[in-house]
Amino acid sequence: MATTAAGAPAVRRGLARRVAGSPWAGYLARRLGGVVAVLAFLIVVTFMIVRWVPGDPARQIVGLTAGEEQVRQVRERLGLTEPLWRQFGTYLRGLAHGDLGTSFTTGQPVSSMLSQRLPLTVELAMSALVIVLVVAIPLGTAVGVAQQRGRARVATSSFGVGASVIGAMPEYIAGTVLVYVFALTLRWLPVQGGSGPTAMILPALSIAIAPAAVLTRLVRNETAAVLSQDYITMAMSKRLSNTRLLLRHVVPNVVTSTLTLGGLILVALLGGTVVAENVFNMPGAGAEIVHAIVRRDYPEVQGIILVLGLVAVLINLIVDVTLGLLDPRVLTGARS
Amino acid sequence: MRGVRTRLPAMLLVGLVLAAVIVLVAVAGPILWQARADALTGDIRQGPSGAHWLGTDALGRDVFWRTVVATRSTIEMAVAATAIAAALGTFLGAMIVSAGPAVRTLGDRVIDLLLSFPPIIIALTFTAILSPGRASVVGAIGLAFCPQFARLTNRLALSVQERDYVTVARLLGVGRFRVVTRHVVPNIAPPLLVLTSVGFATSVVTVSGLSFLGLSVQPPSYDWGSLLASGLRNLYDNPGEAFGPAAAILVTGLAAGLVGDGLVRHMDPRGTSRPHRAVRRSADPPTAGDASRAGGAAPVASVRDLSIRRPDGRELVHGISLTVDAGEIVGIVGESGSGKSLTALALARLLPRELEWSAAHLNVNGVDLADPAKAPPARLATELGIVFQDPSSSFNPALRIGTQLTEVLRVHAKMSRRQAHALAVSRLAETRVSSPELRMRQYPHELSGGMRQRAMIAAAMLPEPKLIIADEPTTALDVTVQADVLRLLKQINTTHGTAILLISHDIGVVSSLCDRICVMYAGRVVEELSVEDLRRRDVRHPYTRALLAASPDTASERDGARLVPLPGRAPAAEDQGPGCSFAPRCPLAVPVCTEIVPPLVAEPSGNAVACHVETAAAEVRS
Repeated sequence: MATTAAGAPAVRRGLARRVAGSPWAGYLARRLGGVVAVLAFLIVVTFMIVRWVPGDPARQIVGLTAGEEQVRQVRERLGLTEPLWRQFGTYLRGLAHGDLGTSFTTGQPVSSMLSQRLPLTVELAMSALVIVLVVAIPLGTAVGVAQQRGRARVATSSFGVGASVIGAMPEYIAGTVLVYVFALTLRWLPVQGGSGPTAMILPALSIAIAPAAVLTRLVRNETAAVLSQDYITMAMSKRLSNTRLLLRHVVPNVVTSTLTLGGLILVALLGGTVVAENVFNMPGAGAEIVHAIVRRDYPEVQGIILVLGLVAVLINLIVDVTLGLLDPRVLTGARS
Repeated sequence: MRGVRTRLPAMLLVGLVLAAVIVLVAVAGPILWQARADALTGDIRQGPSGAHWLGTDALGRDVFWRTVVATRSTIEMAVAATAIAAALGTFLGAMIVSAGPAVRTLGDRVIDLLLSFPPIIIALTFTAILSPGRASVVGAIGLAFCPQFARLTNRLALSVQERDYVTVARLLGVGRFRVVTRHVVPNIAPPLLVLTSVGFATSVVTVSGLSFLGLSVQPPSYDWGSLLASGLRNLYDNPGEAFGPAAAILVTGLAAGLVGDGLVRHMDPRGTSRPHRAVRRSADPPTAGDASRAGGAAPVASVRDLSIRRPDGRELVHGISLTVDAGEIVGIVGESGSGKSLTALALARLLPRELEWSAAHLNVNGVDLADPAKAPPARLATELGIVFQDPSSSFNPALRIGTQLTEVLRVHAKMSRRQAHALAVSRLAETRVSSPELRMRQYPHELSGGMRQRAMIAAAMLPEPKLIIADEPTTALDVTVQADVLRLLKQINTTHGTAILLISHDIGVVSSLCDRICVMYAGRVVEELSVEDLRRRDVRHPYTRALLAASPDTASERDGARLVPLPGRAPAAEDQGPGCSFAPRCPLAVPVCTEIVPPLVAEPSGNAVACHVETAAAEVRS
């Protein structure tokens, strides 16, 4: 990948010049270009959801017994009577005004439904993200170091098997187990519903467990790879304390290589919220989309997919920016 | 493809057996036990018992048999979804690769884009379009996972396409489609097989997940996902109702995962090896002689009887001794595998953990390194500088040059940031690094190779060490930069009086820079001589002679530019005989050479040689 202004060797002064000469300019421009493309894709796909429904979506909504008049009304409400390009224009105009249409079943605007439900989904995904990172990075590094130094052999060799088993556990099973153990048997935490941080613990855990195991294994592998690099030998020649060697020379490299590979795992947490909200009966956007699909409430489906897609795009962007901050080589494409 | 081992790994075997059992249950279940699974009883929501192993559900039906019978439905759906994903994904991936550049770029972008969304959201979108139900969930999951197959096929096919046999097939006029089916697909099949088994595991989980959400099979049909959903509702009364389907989903996922991981190991034997455990033997206590010597004109570094062994017990370095005096430049020269770099690393106490070493005496600048507890890290870091072979991999890519240069000063010399920075800048200037202030702020990848090596020398120089160990400092550099770096080392030696231990395979490099040279062969020092003698070609050992004759820098003068390559190759650690390791390649070898290892015999001149023939000749002369 070529870059716009990375190779300016002369020392420059002045903020404007530094911004223009910074490799960030090109990097961010490319990333934002990507974001725009994804957004366009999302808008087109969500618009087409109703149009791609096989047969007559209006007939599907009202059912086989309804009269022709009713079908016509629904078709009109979906805006299916106009030519496709005009329908798309209307859709775009609506989006520009934050109008995502009106729910068939509740008659509520989709945007107000989302503003009620989305915060919970985002909070849930964020809690899960924090759990995953807090577990995976320290634990994975520790196992990687122990393994490389030949310590605690039984623990490190059984780690791989344990991580594979836990990593294969879907959210709905993890959630069921957690409810059974912590809510029904130990009675430490509420079963379903409730509010406040305690209500968030089990759902967030149910989403986080499998990705945390997968990411921990990834961090372990990356740690082992980093520890065998020449620059670690050089750092060891500086006779640093173990802590400094780890925090300064190992962890930054582990985090960058892990993020490069593990960004998708973090995005997948978002998909986990859909399941967890259903297991724990939480009033989030993920629970609603399932109801909306069953009831064929196309405007709601459209809106939720658009917004969840948007969040996924944002997470990807945050991962990219973090990578750029941690490893300047990604800015210029010097790192493949 | 890669070397495939005949014995299947235990993992793969267990996975395959489990998978076979699951398939058997899927086929036989509904035929044999449908009646048991659907029989209504009065025992509603009973816990596990002898009659009902996993208890009963809300209608009194046996959970165990329902789980068994549901196997077919779930497995069918997962197989169908995986098949759609694999077939469609592979096809699309292959088509994108074989298409023109414009389509290829666009296709890559679209795959990237699809991969950046969680598969379950893609699957939900398709389910919404196709309306909930069994068939649409299968299609939706197949479509949701097909980008992963497309991406893998795409990557693999691209790497295969660049190989020679594909180019040849093209040149022979083989059609595009035929190239893909005949040459590309067979070569990318194994990794795709691995992805298929992993994809199947994910499909089982996702199929059950969508069913759990109520989007797939509708009552009265059931599969593991819908059984689990109903189990969750009755979790308080009968945990067994959730346990059955949950265990079934996990075991199936595990079986597919084991097959996938097993296939990976089966195809890539390297994946299974683990580093050997480090075993280190403490060395003998220093003798009286060493102590008395340390008092007088102490050498900067001295090592006696250094042996280095592999974990399997093979010796790589056989009891060598070496001293470097203050201000001296000593070269160790030898072919790769002669143990010269290991010796240097041992001296710096940086040997890889799996190698075992012992020495009667190992001392750098008065610091006793044989006992790690006694070696203070601060003195080691400041009194011994190291220049590593490859500057492109020896700087930490995530840290600025400045941070890496000042680290030793900040940590061990307790300097302030400002002081350390100023010193580092002046050292960079001294090593002729251009615009040192800028370099301090830059990252390693922003410097050229020669610049990085100069920065590395500056880093080694920073704490004013008494000794610099330079391990092949010019090997990774362009020829034009090599001379420059050597001049720099010489300059440091003369201006700062820093002793240098230079490791090189190039006798020309060593003779241009060093005062004294140790020639190593197969883990032993075979000759030690002054540079004057080397330049005069007054060498004793046949191996040193052969090295001189084979090097363009040293051979041209007398041999009329006729290079004489040294026949054969240095023996590996495992095929060394009892005698002199050079005997098989030696033109002067006599019978005794293959029986007894010649000792390193000192000559009056201060040189030393380890050769039966030469020692005998010297005795005759005297």
